[in-house]
Amino acid sequence: MPRQRSVLIGASILAVIVAIALLAPYLGTRDPARIDPVARNKRPGAERVVRADDGTRTTLTYWMGTDSLGRDVYSRVVYGARVSLVVGVSVALISAAIGLVIGILAGYLRWLDNVVMRIMDGLMAVPAILLAIALVSLSKASLRTVILAIVIPEVPRVVRLVRSVVLSIREEPYVEAARALGAPLPLLLARHVLPNTVAPLIVQATFVCASAILVEAILSFLGVGIPPETPTWGNIMAEGRALFRLFPHNILFPGIFLAATVLAVNMLGDGLRDTLDPRVSRRL
Amino acid sequence: MFGYIARRLLATIPVMAVVAVLVFMLLRLTAGDPAAIIAGDNATSQDVAAIREKLGLDRPIVEQFVIWLGRILQGDFGESFFFKKTVAELIVGRVEPTLALAVCTLFLAVATAVPLGVIAAWKRGTWIDRGVMGLSVFGFSVPVFVIGYALIYLFAIELAWLPVQGYQPLAEGFGGFLERMVLPSITLAVIYVALIARITRASVLEVMNADYVRTARAKGLGELPVLVRHVLRNAAVPIVTVIGLGVALLIGGVVVTESVFSIPGLGRLTVDAVLARDYPTVQAVVLLFSAVYVVINLLVDLTYTFLDPRIRY
Repeated sequence: MPRQRSVLIGASILAVIVAIALLAPYLGTRDPARIDPVARNKRPGAERVVRADDGTRTTLTYWMGTDSLGRDVYSRVVYGARVSLVVGVSVALISAAIGLVIGILAGYLRWLDNVVMRIMDGLMAVPAILLAIALVSLSKASLRTVILAIVIPEVPRVVRLVRSVVLSIREEPYVEAARALGAPLPLLLARHVLPNTVAPLIVQATFVCASAILVEAILSFLGVGIPPETPTWGNIMAEGRALFRLFPHNILFPGIFLAATVLAVNMLGDGLRDTLDPRVSRRL
Repeated sequence: MFGYIARRLLATIPVMAVVAVLVFMLLRLTAGDPAAIIAGDNATSQDVAAIREKLGLDRPIVEQFVIWLGRILQGDFGESFFFKKTVAELIVGRVEPTLALAVCTLFLAVATAVPLGVIAAWKRGTWIDRGVMGLSVFGFSVPVFVIGYALIYLFAIELAWLPVQGYQPLAEGFGGFLERMVLPSITLAVIYVALIARITRASVLEVMNADYVRTARAKGLGELPVLVRHVLRNAAVPIVTVIGLGVALLIGGVVVTESVFSIPGLGRLTVDAVLARDYPTVQAVVLLFSAVYVVINLLVDLTYTFLDPRIRY
Protein backbone atom coordinates (compact mmCIF):
# COMPACT_ATOMS: atom_id res chain seq x y z
CA MET A 1 0.00 0.00 0.00
CA PRO A 2 2.10 2.93 -1.24
CA ARG A 3 -0.58 5.40 -0.12
CA GLN A 4 -0.30 4.43 3.49
CA ARG A 5 3.45 4.43 3.14
CA SER A 6 3.24 8.06 2.05
CA VAL A 7 1.23 8.91 5.18
CA LEU A 8 3.68 6.99 7.31
CA ILE A 9 6.79 8.66 5.90
CA GLY A 10 5.19 12.10 6.05
CA ALA A 11 3.98 11.60 9.60
CA SER A 12 7.38 10.29 10.75
CA ILE A 13 9.34 13.22 9.33
CA LEU A 14 6.80 15.59 10.78
CA ALA A 15 6.97 13.92 14.19
CA VAL A 16 10.74 14.45 14.22
CA ILE A 17 10.35 18.14 13.29
CA VAL A 18 7.67 18.62 15.95
CA ALA A 19 9.91 16.94 18.51
CA ILE A 20 12.80 19.20 17.51
CA ALA A 21 10.57 22.27 17.89
CA LEU A 22 9.23 21.23 21.28
CA LEU A 23 12.58 20.12 22.68
CA ALA A 24 14.55 23.03 21.21
CA PRO A 25 16.07 24.20 24.52
CA TYR A 26 17.31 20.70 25.36
CA LEU A 27 19.02 19.87 22.08
CA GLY A 28 22.36 21.47 22.88
CA THR A 29 21.23 24.82 21.53
CA ARG A 30 22.41 28.24 22.60
CA ASP A 31 20.42 31.43 22.66
CA PRO A 32 19.46 31.71 18.98
CA ALA A 33 19.45 35.51 19.08
CA ARG A 34 22.81 35.87 20.81
CA ILE A 35 25.22 37.90 18.72
CA ASP A 36 28.86 36.91 19.10
CA PRO A 37 31.23 39.17 17.14
CA VAL A 38 34.22 36.90 17.74
CA ALA A 39 32.54 33.91 16.16
CA ARG A 40 31.32 35.44 12.92
CA ASN A 41 31.05 33.37 9.75
CA LYS A 42 32.31 30.09 11.14
CA ARG A 43 32.02 27.13 8.84
CA PRO A 44 29.97 24.11 9.84
CA GLY A 45 31.77 21.96 12.41
CA ALA A 46 34.06 24.78 13.55
CA GLU A 47 35.08 24.67 17.18
CA ARG A 48 35.92 27.39 19.64
CA VAL A 49 37.23 27.18 23.16
CA VAL A 50 35.44 29.50 25.55
CA ARG A 51 36.73 30.30 28.99
CA ALA A 52 34.12 30.98 31.60
CA ASP A 53 34.59 33.42 34.52
CA ASP A 54 35.70 30.67 36.89
CA GLY A 55 38.47 29.63 34.53
CA THR A 56 36.94 26.42 33.20
CA ARG A 57 37.29 25.88 29.49
CA THR A 58 34.54 24.51 27.33
CA THR A 59 34.67 23.73 23.65
CA LEU A 60 31.78 24.99 21.57
CA THR A 61 31.08 23.25 18.31
CA TYR A 62 29.14 25.11 15.62
CA TRP A 63 27.54 22.12 13.91
CA MET A 64 26.01 24.28 11.21
CA GLY A 65 28.42 27.17 11.46
CA THR A 66 27.53 30.74 12.39
CA ASP A 67 26.07 33.64 10.46
CA SER A 68 27.66 37.02 9.80
CA LEU A 69 26.63 38.23 13.27
CA GLY A 70 28.12 35.20 14.98
CA ARG A 71 24.79 33.62 15.83
CA ASP A 72 24.76 29.84 15.97
CA VAL A 73 22.99 28.56 12.87
CA TYR A 74 22.19 25.20 14.44
CA SER A 75 20.34 26.86 17.32
CA ARG A 76 18.54 29.20 14.96
CA VAL A 77 17.47 26.36 12.69
CA VAL A 78 16.17 24.33 15.65
CA TYR A 79 14.25 27.28 17.08
CA GLY A 80 13.10 28.21 13.59
CA ALA A 81 11.12 24.97 13.47
CA ARG A 82 8.84 26.48 16.11
CA VAL A 83 7.91 29.49 14.01
CA SER A 84 7.31 27.43 10.88
CA LEU A 85 5.06 24.96 12.66
CA VAL A 86 3.15 27.65 14.53
CA VAL A 87 2.54 29.54 11.28
CA GLY A 88 1.59 26.39 9.36
CA VAL A 89 -0.82 25.08 11.97
CA SER A 90 -2.39 28.45 12.81
CA VAL A 91 -2.95 29.37 9.19
CA ALA A 92 -4.45 25.94 8.48
CA LEU A 93 -6.80 26.09 11.47
CA ILE A 94 -7.86 29.71 11.06
CA SER A 95 -8.45 29.57 7.33
CA ALA A 96 -10.26 26.23 7.66
CA ALA A 97 -12.51 27.67 10.37
CA ILE A 98 -13.30 30.89 8.50
CA GLY A 99 -13.66 29.07 5.19
CA LEU A 100 -15.95 26.47 6.76
CA VAL A 101 -18.37 29.04 8.14
CA ILE A 102 -18.47 31.15 4.98
CA GLY A 103 -18.59 28.07 2.74
CA ILE A 104 -21.48 26.43 4.58
CA LEU A 105 -23.50 29.64 4.67
CA ALA A 106 -22.79 30.42 1.01
CA GLY A 107 -23.62 26.88 -0.06
CA TYR A 108 -26.83 26.77 1.88
CA LEU A 109 -28.22 30.28 1.63
CA ARG A 110 -28.86 31.05 -2.01
CA TRP A 111 -29.12 34.80 -1.59
CA LEU A 112 -25.70 34.95 0.05
CA ASP A 113 -24.01 32.65 -2.42
CA ASN A 114 -23.70 35.02 -5.35
CA VAL A 115 -22.24 37.93 -3.41
CA VAL A 116 -19.82 35.80 -1.40
CA MET A 117 -18.55 33.86 -4.38
CA ARG A 118 -17.92 37.01 -6.43
CA ILE A 119 -15.80 38.36 -3.56
CA MET A 120 -13.95 35.04 -3.34
CA ASP A 121 -13.34 35.06 -7.10
CA GLY A 122 -11.86 38.52 -6.78
CA LEU A 123 -9.63 37.47 -3.90
CA MET A 124 -8.46 34.45 -5.85
CA ALA A 125 -7.57 36.61 -8.83
CA VAL A 126 -4.72 38.09 -6.81
CA PRO A 127 -1.80 35.63 -6.73
CA ALA A 128 -1.45 34.39 -3.13
CA ILE A 129 2.14 35.45 -2.45
CA LEU A 130 1.52 38.87 -3.95
CA LEU A 131 -1.58 39.40 -1.79
CA ALA A 132 0.32 38.27 1.30
CA ILE A 133 3.19 40.66 0.52
CA ALA A 134 0.80 43.55 -0.03
CA LEU A 135 -1.07 42.79 3.21
CA VAL A 136 2.14 42.52 5.22
CA SER A 137 3.15 45.97 3.98
CA LEU A 138 0.11 47.47 5.68
CA SER A 139 1.25 47.09 9.24
CA LYS A 140 4.33 46.43 11.29
CA ALA A 141 5.90 43.04 10.70
CA SER A 142 5.01 40.55 13.41
CA LEU A 143 4.02 36.93 13.73
CA ARG A 144 0.35 37.89 13.92
CA THR A 145 0.47 40.10 10.82
CA VAL A 146 2.22 37.38 8.85
CA ILE A 147 -0.32 34.73 9.87
CA LEU A 148 -3.19 37.04 8.95
CA ALA A 149 -1.58 37.94 5.63
CA ILE A 150 -1.27 34.27 4.72
CA VAL A 151 -4.76 33.36 5.97
CA ILE A 152 -6.60 35.85 3.75
CA PRO A 153 -5.43 34.43 0.39
CA GLU A 154 -6.11 30.87 1.59
CA VAL A 155 -9.70 31.45 2.75
CA PRO A 156 -11.32 31.55 -0.74
CA ARG A 157 -9.84 28.16 -1.61
CA VAL A 158 -11.41 26.62 1.50
CA VAL A 159 -14.71 28.40 0.87
CA ARG A 160 -14.89 27.01 -2.65
CA LEU A 161 -14.27 23.48 -1.46
CA VAL A 162 -16.77 23.59 1.40
CA ARG A 163 -19.39 25.26 -0.76
CA SER A 164 -19.11 22.61 -3.46
CA VAL A 165 -19.55 19.85 -0.87
CA VAL A 166 -22.55 21.64 0.64
CA LEU A 167 -24.15 22.17 -2.77
CA SER A 168 -24.12 18.44 -3.42
CA ILE A 169 -25.22 17.51 0.11
CA ARG A 170 -28.17 19.87 0.25
CA GLU A 171 -29.94 17.92 -2.49
CA GLU A 172 -29.58 14.61 -0.63
CA PRO A 173 -32.86 12.97 0.42
CA TYR A 174 -31.93 12.87 4.10
CA VAL A 175 -31.32 16.62 4.16
CA GLU A 176 -34.61 17.17 2.39
CA ALA A 177 -36.31 14.87 4.89
CA ALA A 178 -34.83 16.75 7.84
CA ARG A 179 -35.98 20.00 6.31
CA ALA A 180 -39.46 18.59 5.73
CA LEU A 181 -39.59 17.57 9.38
CA GLY A 182 -39.04 21.18 10.26
CA ALA A 183 -35.48 20.99 11.56
CA PRO A 184 -34.24 24.53 12.27
CA LEU A 185 -31.48 25.75 9.96
CA PRO A 186 -28.61 25.78 12.49
CA LEU A 187 -29.41 22.19 13.50
CA LEU A 188 -29.71 21.13 9.86
CA LEU A 189 -26.32 22.61 9.04
CA ALA A 190 -24.60 21.26 12.13
CA ARG A 191 -26.04 17.74 12.05
CA HIS A 192 -26.29 16.92 8.39
CA VAL A 193 -24.12 19.26 6.38
CA LEU A 194 -21.11 19.83 8.62
CA PRO A 195 -20.03 16.17 9.05
CA ASN A 196 -19.78 15.71 5.28
CA THR A 197 -17.34 18.55 4.95
CA VAL A 198 -14.89 17.20 7.51
CA ALA A 199 -12.90 14.76 5.36
CA PRO A 200 -12.20 17.07 2.41
CA LEU A 201 -11.55 19.92 4.84
CA ILE A 202 -8.86 17.98 6.70
CA VAL A 203 -7.10 17.20 3.42
CA GLN A 204 -7.33 20.81 2.27
CA ALA A 205 -6.09 22.08 5.65
CA THR A 206 -2.99 19.90 5.30
CA PHE A 207 -2.15 21.47 1.96
CA VAL A 208 -2.87 24.93 3.34
CA CYS A 209 -0.45 24.18 6.17
CA ALA A 210 2.30 23.19 3.71
CA SER A 211 1.79 26.26 1.58
CA ALA A 212 1.65 28.54 4.65
CA ILE A 213 5.03 27.27 5.83
CA LEU A 214 6.47 28.00 2.39
CA VAL A 215 4.90 31.45 2.12
CA GLU A 216 6.11 32.43 5.60
CA ALA A 217 9.64 31.42 4.62
CA ILE A 218 9.33 33.39 1.39
CA LEU A 219 8.09 36.51 3.21
CA SER A 220 10.91 36.29 5.74
CA PHE A 221 13.41 35.62 2.99
CA LEU A 222 12.29 38.71 1.08
CA GLY A 223 12.65 40.74 4.26
CA VAL A 224 8.96 41.60 4.56
CA GLY A 225 8.00 38.90 7.07
CA ILE A 226 8.67 38.24 10.73
CA PRO A 227 11.29 40.65 12.22
CA PRO A 228 14.84 39.55 11.29
CA GLU A 229 16.09 38.91 14.82
CA THR A 230 13.48 36.16 15.29
CA PRO A 231 14.96 32.83 14.25
CA THR A 232 12.89 31.58 11.32
CA TRP A 233 14.15 29.50 8.44
CA GLY A 234 13.37 32.30 6.01
CA ASN A 235 15.21 34.86 8.16
CA ILE A 236 18.32 32.69 8.45
CA MET A 237 18.42 32.37 4.68
CA ALA A 238 17.76 36.08 4.19
CA GLU A 239 20.69 36.85 6.47
CA GLY A 240 22.91 34.43 4.54
CA ARG A 241 22.07 35.89 1.14
CA ALA A 242 24.80 38.50 1.04
CA LEU A 243 27.64 36.10 1.77
CA PHE A 244 26.12 33.13 -0.01
CA ARG A 245 29.09 32.55 -2.28
CA LEU A 246 31.49 32.21 0.62
CA PHE A 247 29.25 30.64 3.23
CA PRO A 248 26.48 28.62 1.59
CA HIS A 249 25.67 26.84 4.85
CA ASN A 250 23.40 29.70 5.96
CA ILE A 251 21.05 28.82 3.13
CA LEU A 252 21.73 25.09 2.92
CA PHE A 253 20.70 23.98 6.41
CA PRO A 254 17.47 25.93 6.89
CA GLY A 255 16.65 25.09 3.27
CA ILE A 256 16.91 21.37 3.96
CA PHE A 257 14.72 21.64 7.06
CA LEU A 258 12.16 23.77 5.26
CA ALA A 259 11.96 21.44 2.28
CA ALA A 260 11.75 18.34 4.49
CA THR A 261 8.94 19.82 6.57
CA VAL A 262 6.88 20.95 3.59
CA LEU A 263 7.52 17.62 1.85
CA ALA A 264 6.34 15.75 4.93
CA VAL A 265 3.14 17.78 5.21
CA ASN A 266 2.45 17.37 1.49
CA MET A 267 2.99 13.61 1.67
CA LEU A 268 0.67 13.44 4.63
CA GLY A 269 -1.93 15.40 2.68
CA ASP A 270 -1.59 13.20 -0.42
CA GLY A 271 -1.97 10.08 1.63
CA LEU A 272 -4.91 11.45 3.61
CA ARG A 273 -6.68 12.51 0.45
CA ASP A 274 -6.42 9.02 -0.99
CA THR A 275 -7.55 7.42 2.25
CA LEU A 276 -10.40 9.79 3.05
CA ASP A 277 -11.63 10.41 -0.46
CA PRO A 278 -11.22 7.32 -2.65
CA ARG A 279 -13.08 9.00 -5.50
CA VAL A 280 -10.34 11.54 -6.05
CA SER A 281 -7.53 9.03 -5.67
CA ARG A 282 -8.79 7.10 -8.65
CA ARG A 283 -8.59 10.22 -10.73
CA LEU A 284 -5.23 11.51 -9.58
CA MET B 1 -19.54 30.62 -29.67
CA PHE B 2 -19.59 34.40 -29.76
CA GLY B 3 -22.21 34.31 -27.06
CA TYR B 4 -19.83 32.28 -24.94
CA ILE B 5 -16.93 34.65 -25.54
CA ALA B 6 -19.11 37.62 -24.71
CA ARG B 7 -20.37 35.98 -21.52
CA ARG B 8 -16.85 35.05 -20.42
CA LEU B 9 -15.67 38.59 -21.09
CA LEU B 10 -18.52 40.00 -19.05
CA ALA B 11 -17.79 37.61 -16.21
CA THR B 12 -14.31 39.07 -15.75
CA ILE B 13 -15.76 42.50 -14.98
CA PRO B 14 -17.08 41.67 -11.48
CA VAL B 15 -13.83 39.83 -10.69
CA MET B 16 -11.70 42.80 -11.66
CA ALA B 17 -14.11 45.12 -9.85
CA VAL B 18 -13.60 43.16 -6.63
CA VAL B 19 -9.84 43.25 -7.15
CA ALA B 20 -10.03 47.01 -7.70
CA VAL B 21 -12.05 47.54 -4.50
CA LEU B 22 -9.63 45.32 -2.63
CA VAL B 23 -6.58 47.20 -3.85
CA PHE B 24 -8.29 50.53 -3.16
CA MET B 25 -9.18 49.44 0.37
CA LEU B 26 -5.62 48.28 0.99
CA LEU B 27 -4.51 51.82 1.60
CA ARG B 28 -7.61 52.90 3.51
CA LEU B 29 -7.22 50.03 5.96
CA THR B 30 -3.87 51.27 7.20
CA ALA B 31 -3.86 53.46 10.22
CA GLY B 32 -3.20 57.09 9.47
CA ASP B 33 -3.67 59.61 6.69
CA PRO B 34 -3.49 57.97 3.24
CA ALA B 35 -2.08 61.15 1.75
CA ALA B 36 0.78 61.18 4.23
CA ILE B 37 1.42 57.49 3.60
CA ILE B 38 1.48 57.94 -0.17
CA ALA B 39 3.78 60.92 0.08
CA GLY B 40 6.33 58.91 2.03
CA ASP B 41 8.63 59.87 4.86
CA ASN B 42 10.41 62.79 3.24
CA ALA B 43 7.33 64.67 2.10
CA THR B 44 6.63 68.27 2.95
CA SER B 45 3.23 69.32 4.19
CA GLN B 46 2.60 70.93 0.78
CA ASP B 47 3.18 67.54 -0.90
CA VAL B 48 0.68 65.93 1.43
CA ALA B 49 -1.87 68.67 0.84
CA ALA B 50 -1.42 68.35 -2.93
CA ILE B 51 -2.01 64.62 -2.81
CA ARG B 52 -5.03 65.05 -0.60
CA GLU B 53 -6.44 67.49 -3.11
CA LYS B 54 -5.65 65.23 -6.07
CA LEU B 55 -7.17 62.11 -4.56
CA GLY B 56 -10.17 63.98 -3.20
CA LEU B 57 -9.60 62.59 0.27
CA ASP B 58 -12.03 65.06 1.83
CA ARG B 59 -14.90 63.59 -0.17
CA PRO B 60 -17.05 60.52 0.62
CA ILE B 61 -15.27 57.20 0.20
CA VAL B 62 -17.39 56.05 -2.75
CA GLU B 63 -16.53 59.23 -4.62
CA GLN B 64 -12.85 58.70 -3.80
CA PHE B 65 -13.06 55.24 -5.27
CA VAL B 66 -14.62 56.56 -8.47
CA ILE B 67 -11.91 59.22 -8.81
CA TRP B 68 -9.20 56.63 -8.17
CA LEU B 69 -10.67 54.10 -10.60
CA GLY B 70 -11.09 56.77 -13.25
CA ARG B 71 -7.39 57.61 -13.05
CA ILE B 72 -6.37 53.92 -13.15
CA LEU B 73 -8.47 53.31 -16.25
CA GLN B 74 -6.66 56.21 -17.92
CA GLY B 75 -3.34 54.60 -17.06
CA ASP B 76 -2.55 57.06 -14.30
CA PHE B 77 -1.35 54.99 -11.36
CA GLY B 78 -0.15 57.98 -9.42
CA GLU B 79 3.34 58.92 -8.48
CA SER B 80 5.99 57.00 -6.65
CA PHE B 81 7.50 59.40 -4.19
CA PHE B 82 10.13 56.88 -3.28
CA PHE B 83 11.41 56.26 -6.81
CA LYS B 84 10.71 59.87 -7.92
CA LYS B 85 8.87 58.75 -11.02
CA THR B 86 5.31 58.12 -12.06
CA VAL B 87 4.29 54.57 -11.28
CA ALA B 88 3.41 53.98 -14.93
CA GLU B 89 6.97 54.88 -16.04
CA LEU B 90 8.38 52.72 -13.31
CA ILE B 91 6.37 49.71 -14.43
CA VAL B 92 7.10 50.13 -18.13
CA GLY B 93 10.81 50.11 -17.36
CA ARG B 94 10.50 46.85 -15.46
CA VAL B 95 8.29 44.83 -17.77
CA GLU B 96 10.90 43.31 -20.09
CA PRO B 97 12.89 41.16 -17.63
CA THR B 98 9.74 39.81 -16.00
CA LEU B 99 8.06 39.06 -19.28
CA ALA B 100 11.21 37.36 -20.58
CA LEU B 101 11.51 35.27 -17.44
CA ALA B 102 7.84 34.28 -17.49
CA VAL B 103 7.84 33.32 -21.16
CA CYS B 104 11.08 31.30 -20.91
CA THR B 105 9.74 29.53 -17.83
CA LEU B 106 6.41 28.82 -19.43
CA PHE B 107 7.98 27.21 -22.51
CA LEU B 108 10.50 25.28 -20.46
CA ALA B 109 7.87 24.04 -18.02
CA VAL B 110 5.32 22.96 -20.61
CA ALA B 111 7.97 21.31 -22.80
CA THR B 112 9.23 19.31 -19.82
CA ALA B 113 6.08 18.61 -17.86
CA VAL B 114 3.70 17.40 -20.56
CA PRO B 115 6.03 14.63 -21.86
CA LEU B 116 6.87 13.66 -18.27
CA GLY B 117 3.21 13.40 -17.35
CA VAL B 118 2.35 11.41 -20.48
CA ILE B 119 5.22 8.99 -19.93
CA ALA B 120 4.26 8.55 -16.26
CA ALA B 121 0.69 7.72 -17.23
CA TRP B 122 1.82 5.46 -20.08
CA LYS B 123 4.14 3.53 -17.77
CA ARG B 124 1.64 3.58 -14.95
CA GLY B 125 2.72 1.81 -11.78
CA THR B 126 6.34 1.37 -12.87
CA TRP B 127 9.36 3.00 -11.31
CA ILE B 128 9.22 5.67 -14.02
CA ASP B 129 5.74 6.66 -12.90
CA ARG B 130 6.72 6.63 -9.24
CA GLY B 131 9.85 8.63 -10.03
CA VAL B 132 7.95 11.34 -11.88
CA MET B 133 5.31 11.57 -9.17
CA GLY B 134 7.96 11.63 -6.47
CA LEU B 135 9.72 14.49 -8.25
CA SER B 136 6.40 16.26 -8.51
CA VAL B 137 5.78 16.16 -4.74
CA PHE B 138 9.40 17.20 -4.28
CA GLY B 139 8.96 20.14 -6.67
CA PHE B 140 5.96 21.34 -4.67
CA SER B 141 7.90 21.23 -1.43
CA VAL B 142 11.30 22.76 -2.13
CA PRO B 143 11.07 26.55 -1.91
CA VAL B 144 11.89 28.49 -5.05
CA PHE B 145 14.83 30.29 -3.48
CA VAL B 146 16.44 27.11 -2.20
CA ILE B 147 16.35 25.69 -5.73
CA GLY B 148 17.71 28.97 -7.04
CA TYR B 149 20.66 29.05 -4.66
CA ALA B 150 21.39 25.37 -5.18
CA LEU B 151 21.56 25.94 -8.95
CA ILE B 152 23.70 29.06 -8.53
CA TYR B 153 26.05 27.18 -6.26
CA LEU B 154 26.39 24.22 -8.60
CA PHE B 155 26.41 25.79 -12.07
CA ALA B 156 27.64 29.32 -11.45
CA ILE B 157 30.09 28.94 -8.56
CA GLU B 158 31.40 25.37 -8.54
CA LEU B 159 31.28 24.66 -12.27
CA ALA B 160 31.36 28.32 -13.39
CA TRP B 161 29.38 27.56 -16.52
CA LEU B 162 26.92 30.39 -16.18
CA PRO B 163 26.85 33.89 -14.70
CA VAL B 164 25.79 34.05 -11.05
CA GLN B 165 23.18 36.77 -11.19
CA GLY B 166 21.92 39.71 -13.16
CA TYR B 167 20.00 40.44 -16.29
CA GLN B 168 20.99 41.54 -19.77
CA PRO B 169 18.32 43.14 -21.98
CA LEU B 170 17.52 41.28 -25.15
CA ALA B 171 18.62 44.31 -27.19
CA GLU B 172 22.20 43.93 -25.94
CA GLY B 173 22.68 40.51 -27.44
CA PHE B 174 20.87 37.22 -27.42
CA GLY B 175 23.75 35.11 -26.07
CA GLY B 176 24.20 37.10 -22.89
CA PHE B 177 20.45 37.32 -22.44
CA LEU B 178 20.02 33.57 -22.71
CA GLU B 179 23.02 32.84 -20.49
CA ARG B 180 21.45 34.83 -17.69
CA MET B 181 17.97 33.46 -18.27
CA VAL B 182 18.83 29.75 -17.97
CA LEU B 183 19.14 29.40 -14.20
CA PRO B 184 16.22 31.67 -13.23
CA SER B 185 13.95 29.91 -15.73
CA ILE B 186 14.85 26.46 -14.44
CA THR B 187 14.39 27.67 -10.87
CA LEU B 188 10.98 29.08 -11.54
CA ALA B 189 9.94 26.16 -13.74
CA VAL B 190 10.35 23.49 -11.07
CA ILE B 191 7.09 24.05 -9.20
CA TYR B 192 5.24 24.67 -12.45
CA VAL B 193 6.57 21.40 -13.91
CA ALA B 194 5.43 19.59 -10.77
CA LEU B 195 1.93 20.98 -11.15
CA ILE B 196 1.54 20.38 -14.89
CA ALA B 197 3.11 16.91 -14.88
CA ARG B 198 0.74 15.80 -12.16
CA ILE B 199 -2.39 16.96 -13.96
CA THR B 200 -1.13 15.66 -17.31
CA ARG B 201 -0.66 12.22 -15.82
CA ALA B 202 -4.10 12.23 -14.21
CA SER B 203 -5.80 13.53 -17.31
CA VAL B 204 -4.00 11.11 -19.65
CA LEU B 205 -4.84 8.17 -17.37
CA GLU B 206 -8.49 9.07 -17.59
CA VAL B 207 -8.45 9.03 -21.39
CA MET B 208 -6.16 6.04 -21.75
CA ASN B 209 -8.94 3.47 -21.30
CA ALA B 210 -11.43 5.15 -23.63
CA ASP B 211 -12.93 3.11 -26.43
CA TYR B 212 -11.48 5.28 -29.17
CA VAL B 213 -7.99 4.68 -27.81
CA ARG B 214 -8.58 0.93 -27.97
CA THR B 215 -9.88 1.38 -31.50
CA ALA B 216 -6.81 3.36 -32.50
CA ARG B 217 -4.57 0.63 -31.14
CA ALA B 218 -6.67 -2.07 -32.74
CA LYS B 219 -6.28 -0.55 -36.16
CA GLY B 220 -2.55 -0.97 -35.73
CA LEU B 221 -1.46 2.55 -34.86
CA GLY B 222 1.90 2.78 -33.06
CA GLU B 223 2.11 3.87 -29.44
CA LEU B 224 3.43 7.37 -30.15
CA PRO B 225 0.71 8.39 -32.61
CA VAL B 226 -1.90 6.95 -30.27
CA LEU B 227 -0.52 8.93 -27.35
CA VAL B 228 -0.10 12.20 -29.20
CA ARG B 229 -3.03 12.21 -31.59
CA HIS B 230 -5.69 10.42 -29.62
CA VAL B 231 -4.81 10.49 -25.94
CA LEU B 232 -3.11 13.84 -25.45
CA ARG B 233 -5.57 15.71 -27.63
CA ASN B 234 -8.47 14.49 -25.58
CA ALA B 235 -6.65 15.06 -22.33
CA ALA B 236 -5.78 18.65 -23.24
CA VAL B 237 -8.53 20.61 -21.48
CA PRO B 238 -7.48 19.96 -17.85
CA ILE B 239 -3.83 20.43 -18.81
CA VAL B 240 -4.44 23.81 -20.41
CA THR B 241 -6.63 24.79 -17.46
CA VAL B 242 -3.91 24.09 -14.96
CA ILE B 243 -1.32 25.89 -17.07
CA GLY B 244 -3.58 28.94 -16.75
CA LEU B 245 -4.22 28.53 -13.04
CA GLY B 246 -0.51 27.91 -12.48
CA VAL B 247 0.23 31.43 -13.67
CA ALA B 248 -0.59 32.48 -10.10
CA LEU B 249 2.29 30.31 -8.90
CA LEU B 250 4.44 31.73 -11.64
CA ILE B 251 3.73 35.31 -10.55
CA GLY B 252 4.46 34.48 -6.92
CA GLY B 253 7.62 32.73 -8.05
CA VAL B 254 8.72 35.67 -10.18
CA VAL B 255 8.83 37.87 -7.09
CA VAL B 256 11.17 35.46 -5.34
CA THR B 257 13.26 34.42 -8.34
CA GLU B 258 13.99 38.00 -9.34
CA SER B 259 15.22 38.68 -5.83
CA VAL B 260 17.48 35.62 -5.83
CA PHE B 261 18.98 36.38 -9.24
CA SER B 262 18.99 40.19 -8.93
CA ILE B 263 16.80 40.63 -11.97
CA PRO B 264 15.43 44.18 -12.16
CA GLY B 265 11.86 43.20 -13.02
CA LEU B 266 8.38 43.77 -11.65
CA GLY B 267 8.85 41.14 -8.94
CA ARG B 268 11.89 42.92 -7.56
CA LEU B 269 9.98 46.20 -7.85
CA THR B 270 7.16 44.73 -5.75
CA VAL B 271 9.52 43.78 -2.94
CA ASP B 272 11.37 47.09 -3.08
CA ALA B 273 8.07 48.98 -3.05
CA VAL B 274 6.79 47.03 -0.05
CA LEU B 275 10.05 47.56 1.83
CA ALA B 276 9.88 51.28 1.07
CA ARG B 277 6.14 51.37 1.90
CA ASP B 278 5.61 52.86 -1.54
CA TYR B 279 1.88 52.18 -1.69
CA PRO B 280 0.98 53.60 -5.10
CA THR B 281 3.51 51.21 -6.64
CA VAL B 282 2.32 48.25 -4.54
CA GLN B 283 -1.26 48.97 -5.58
CA ALA B 284 -0.36 49.23 -9.24
CA VAL B 285 1.70 46.04 -9.27
CA VAL B 286 -0.99 44.03 -7.49
CA LEU B 287 -3.61 45.32 -9.91
CA LEU B 288 -1.43 44.63 -12.92
CA PHE B 289 -0.46 41.09 -11.95
CA SER B 290 -4.06 40.25 -11.07
CA ALA B 291 -5.29 41.61 -14.38
CA VAL B 292 -2.69 39.53 -16.22
CA TYR B 293 -3.79 36.44 -14.31
CA VAL B 294 -7.46 37.06 -15.06
CA VAL B 295 -6.81 37.73 -18.76
CA ILE B 296 -4.66 34.60 -19.15
CA ASN B 297 -7.38 32.48 -17.59
CA LEU B 298 -9.93 34.16 -19.84
CA LEU B 299 -7.82 33.14 -22.84
CA VAL B 300 -7.55 29.61 -21.43
CA ASP B 301 -11.33 29.42 -21.20
CA LEU B 302 -11.61 30.59 -24.76
CA THR B 303 -9.24 27.89 -26.03
CA TYR B 304 -11.68 25.26 -24.76
CA THR B 305 -13.90 25.88 -27.72
CA PHE B 306 -11.01 24.97 -30.02
CA LEU B 307 -9.62 22.11 -27.99
CA ASP B 308 -12.93 20.44 -27.43
CA PRO B 309 -15.64 21.44 -29.91
CA ARG B 310 -18.19 19.65 -27.73
CA ILE B 311 -17.90 22.43 -25.17
CA ARG B 312 -20.69 24.89 -25.87
CA TYR B 313 -21.87 27.25 -23.25
